Amino acid sequence: MAYSEKVIDHYTHPKNVGTLDKSKQNVGTGLVGAPECGDVMRLQIEVDEATGIISDAKFKTFGCGSAIASSSLATEWLKGKTVDQAMAIDNMDIVEELNLPPVKIHCSVLAEDAIKAAINDYRVKNGLPELELEEKKH
Amino acid sequence: MELKLPIYLDNNATTPCDPRVVEAMLPYFTEKFGNAASRSHPFGWAAEEAVDYAREQVAKLINADPKEIIFTSGATEGDNLAIKGVFEMYASKGNHIITAVTEHKAVLDTCKHIEKLGGQVTYLPVAEDGLINLQELENAITDKTILIAIMYGNNEVGVIQPVREISKIARKHGVLFFTDGTQAVGKIPVDVNADCIDLMAFSAHKMYGPKGVGALYVRRKNPRVKVTAQMDGGGHERGMRSGTMNVPGIVGFGKACELCMNEMEADAARLSKMRDRLEKGLLELEEAYVNGSIEHRLPHVANISFKYVEGEGLMMGFNKNIALSSGSACTSASLEPSYVLKALGLGDDLAHSSLRFGLGRFTTDEQIDYTINAIKETVTKLREMSPLWEMFKEGIDLNTIEWAHH
Repeated sequence: MAYSEKVIDHYTHPKNVGTLDKSKQNVGTGLVGAPECGDVMRLQIEVDEATGIISDAKFKTFGCGSAIASSSLATEWLKGKTVDQAMAIDNMDIVEELNLPPVKIHCSVLAEDAIKAAINDYRVKNGLPELELEEKKH
Repeated sequence: MELKLPIYLDNNATTPCDPRVVEAMLPYFTEKFGNAASRSHPFGWAAEEAVDYAREQVAKLINADPKEIIFTSGATEGDNLAIKGVFEMYASKGNHIITAVTEHKAVLDTCKHIEKLGGQVTYLPVAEDGLINLQELENAITDKTILIAIMYGNNEVGVIQPVREISKIARKHGVLFFTDGTQAVGKIPVDVNADCIDLMAFSAHKMYGPKGVGALYVRRKNPRVKVTAQMDGGGHERGMRSGTMNVPGIVGFGKACELCMNEMEADAARLSKMRDRLEKGLLELEEAYVNGSIEHRLPHVANISFKYVEGEGLMMGFNKNIALSSGSACTSASLEPSYVLKALGLGDDLAHSSLRFGLGRFTTDEQIDYTINAIKETVTKLREMSPLWEMFKEGIDLNTIEWAHH
């Protein structure tokens, strides 16, 4: 199975690997997937409280190259977006950007789930109601 | 010597042809192209002579009589012919077959087929080390049992089953014993008489011969074993396997067997030393585990799990330069991790994190050094990126986390 150039690039030079302080009020953490399924993503956002803009995003991923690339790309896209704009990121955008083959679409779905889980964690921490998420097929 | 990339460490999947094998085969494509079944002219005679000679070379490697060798297209065909052929031939004696859960798919799927035909199959579990339990085997035998089908050496973890003890039990109960010898023949001494094997499938391309040719050993004496042909036609191979002989392939197979006969002992000693060095180097990493029995194992195989990194992601770090297999789901279409590793009791997470190393005749010390370094580097890099590794380092028990299952 050949990987696209972009997947290889993200895998070789992942962007924003790391950990944010999850105890901070303005940090949202999403942990999705399961070790038994071969994919676990943890995605974190730090929101600038004055502007509502995501000032930083970090990830750590256990998974295949496509899963690592999907989460790396997601953190890049998140930075500079408002939380509402971030909610609009669709897994198919990731599929397109990385040229993921059909068997790897679940990696992009996981990344979208991780974004939404991080946003929801942020919302709950800040007294906002949790957003209802549509179920996507993995 | 300069290191040439990529390095091939997937010799359980297939081996390169030995140049001496290719050389032996070449004349049989061009000037000696005859059909071995053509009895009326010199072209046919030359081909038949070549096949006869190869049959002796193959038989000698496993201490069989040349008449007991049935040439096939490979081990999958041999597995099918042995199991289906015995099931049909011995239908009046019974319909029960005993096998194990870690067998190759060519055996397991054939057994599934037998079940559809109304046969009964017992799938023995294996212990953590990959070995079957002999008492369980004996307990599974009924008066309907006609065949025990247990592989010699496992393709994923290299575990060698106690073949002599298995055949002793088979003999005691008057049950035939078939073994898939694909990974073992040519790598370790296999003697159909000392091992009391009744039927054995094996393949040329796992022992530096060409693809598309293999053999089924069928015992002729004590007891005389017969299998019902699964292909109808010209009645080749004593009526058990019709189809024009693959003469160049068979010649190459014979040569490959002769080379193994002469070089197996030295190869095995050299490869097991290299394998052990590879293993020792990689086990310097934290949370790295060898899968399957270390004691009862093929000399050239190692299967290692690197906890908290995923196998396919791991291989991506070096698969341009090192060819390996992983037990991870992502390398197969099924998205299920290796059923063999799961049968050994590995959790899905460890099965996802495994790499299989298959060393071969052409593996060098420099290649092993390169591999140790590349893998250590990649594992370390990916662990820095792994949320599971971070949790492990923080002392969090991953089993206490409620994972969102998909």
